[in-house]
Amino acid sequence: MNTNYKVLLVDDEDEFVSTLAERLEMRGYSTNVAYDGEEALESIETEMPAVVILDIKMPGLNGIEVLKRLLNLDPGLPVLLLTGYGSTEEGMQGMQIGAFDYMMKPLNIDELIKKMEEAISAKS
Amino acid sequence: MITIMLVVTLVPLAVMAVINSHLYHNSLKQQNIDQLLGIVNKTKHSIQLYLQERLSTVQYIANGNTVEELRDANQLRNVFHTLSENISGFVDIGLINPDGQQVAYVGPYDLEGKDYSEHKSYHEVKVNGSYISDVFKGYRGFPHIVIAVKLTGPDHKSWVLRTTINIDNLNEILAAMKLDPRADAFLLNRAGTIQTPSKFYGDVLDSFPMEMPAKTFQPTINETRDNQGNNLIMAYAYFPKLEFVLTVIKPSNLFLQSWYSLKGQMLGIFIGGTLLIIIVIFRLTNTMVRRIKQADERREVALRELEHAQKLSSIGRMAAGIAHEVNNPLAVINEKAGLIKDIIQNNSNIPQSEKLTKLSDSILATVERAKDITYRLLGFASRLETRYEKLNINNVLRDVVSFLHREAAERNVNINMDFDENLTKVSTDRGQLEQVFLNILTNAVTAVDDGGKVDISTWEEDLGTVGVSIKDNGHGMDKETLRHIFEPFFTTKTGYGTGLGLSITYGIIKKLGGEIKADSEINSGTIFYIYLPKNNSQGDFR
Repeated sequence: MNTNYKVLLVDDEDEFVSTLAERLEMRGYSTNVAYDGEEALESIETEMPAVVILDIKMPGLNGIEVLKRLLNLDPGLPVLLLTGYGSTEEGMQGMQIGAFDYMMKPLNIDELIKKMEEAISAKS
Repeated sequence: MITIMLVVTLVPLAVMAVINSHLYHNSLKQQNIDQLLGIVNKTKHSIQLYLQERLSTVQYIANGNTVEELRDANQLRNVFHTLSENISGFVDIGLINPDGQQVAYVGPYDLEGKDYSEHKSYHEVKVNGSYISDVFKGYRGFPHIVIAVKLTGPDHKSWVLRTTINIDNLNEILAAMKLDPRADAFLLNRAGTIQTPSKFYGDVLDSFPMEMPAKTFQPTINETRDNQGNNLIMAYAYFPKLEFVLTVIKPSNLFLQSWYSLKGQMLGIFIGGTLLIIIVIFRLTNTMVRRIKQADERREVALRELEHAQKLSSIGRMAAGIAHEVNNPLAVINEKAGLIKDIIQNNSNIPQSEKLTKLSDSILATVERAKDITYRLLGFASRLETRYEKLNINNVLRDVVSFLHREAAERNVNINMDFDENLTKVSTDRGQLEQVFLNILTNAVTAVDDGGKVDISTWEEDLGTVGVSIKDNGHGMDKETLRHIFEPFFTTKTGYGTGLGLSITYGIIKKLGGEIKADSEINSGTIFYIYLPKNNSQGDFR
């Protein structure tokens, strides 16, 4: 397991994000947490993560919009999209814009780790 | 409806039939009457001519001989001989002196010396110069007619030359009318005594059993009935200056015989026509009623389907909402349970760690089940709304492939795209089509071994259709499985998958107006063919 990788978790569901952050940290990642799009953009200003895990459906700025802005700041930034929404349409839209991959909630942690590692190694 | 159609068609037919029948009846009757009157007229003239001829002959004899000559028995015999040699009908001849005594006579009876001074004929001749009697028997005892003319003797007194003629010639003239055997033609006198034999109304000199018709010299029709109540047509004519009335009597029904046969035919045609019309109307009406009923049923089915679709649509929206709302808390539960498991695994000295691990695994498995249900709900919801737009199928396929290429690349599966780059755009629903392709492509990629191959092709099938095939060289399936793959809840992935994937795919393709077929062979692979209509007539109906 690689350590010292910074993961930015963006989701409006506090319980979900904090628990997921704790589990990732138990696996040796360091995490930043944002509860909406604005916070995510602020966080990225101060510290550039190795990978972003971004929920598509959020109040305020939605995931697709946040994805666009993040990629605007760093086109090579690997972003994994999350959604609780069944339609593949938004997932595909995100993929077309440039997301690295797309996962559906609830997550399988091992699958998530695998995809994160792929994303990080793809970037580097 | 049947009643109205029957009334509309049969009433004019009936009215026409009645009018026609009336017209035919009248014209036929008139025709018969005219014919009869013609015959009567002709016969009347013949009789007149016959009697006139006889009268002229007698007159000729009276003028051509003196009283003296005629008084001489030999002379008279010569005259009569010549007369009866040349002109038929004469029975005898006699000369009556001014006192009314028949002084000379030639004939089959012994009538010489008879006194005629009281006879009507004798007086009529004295007044009018000539006389034709009606038929009577007189001294001779058989029916005859007297023709008498006045001649002046040497004493300047009026003598009378008197002949009789039999009625045989009259009978012949009447027989020449050639009437129907049921018709009767005979002569009456003005007083109503039968003059020539009648078939039905009595013998010669019997009294005519019916009332005498009004006096007219023109042939005339008189509609009457006999004492048995039978309707009769009587055609008659009086003779001017003569006592006779020519009478022809026909039963009315005989008169209208041709009419009855025509009427019978017309009635037959009318009844036949009516039956035909009724049959046609019943058939037509039944057909129409059946068609209307079918149309109604179709409309009802369409309405029910629409209603059903709307119901599904709202259920779908609700389901999607619920699924989405449930997925987020599920995700939280999933992470919490995952965290508990993580903690137990990282701390070996937690009591009952084994049991806790089992419990959290159970929670995670349950979350997985719940997730499956919500995905199914979302899948169900996503195929309800259809939005049509013009799409390049090649691009849709490329998008779906880009979505899968990571997994494919990972397992070294080769996805080949052999597209017709001039493919016509297709009017269809992007989201649903993507789901279809994703479904089939996921199956294909799953089916092949690592390093396997998936071929995608597009082509113009015909003027209105675009074809897509997705072929893998995976493990394939047997015919039995192939037969069931589009059925809901049919799955080969034991304990994995809902068995809804291909049935949903099938439903979507059908809904988009397309066709989907599959062919497969064990261990050599499976190929799916999808045919999509370029123009979707259904539009935004659902």
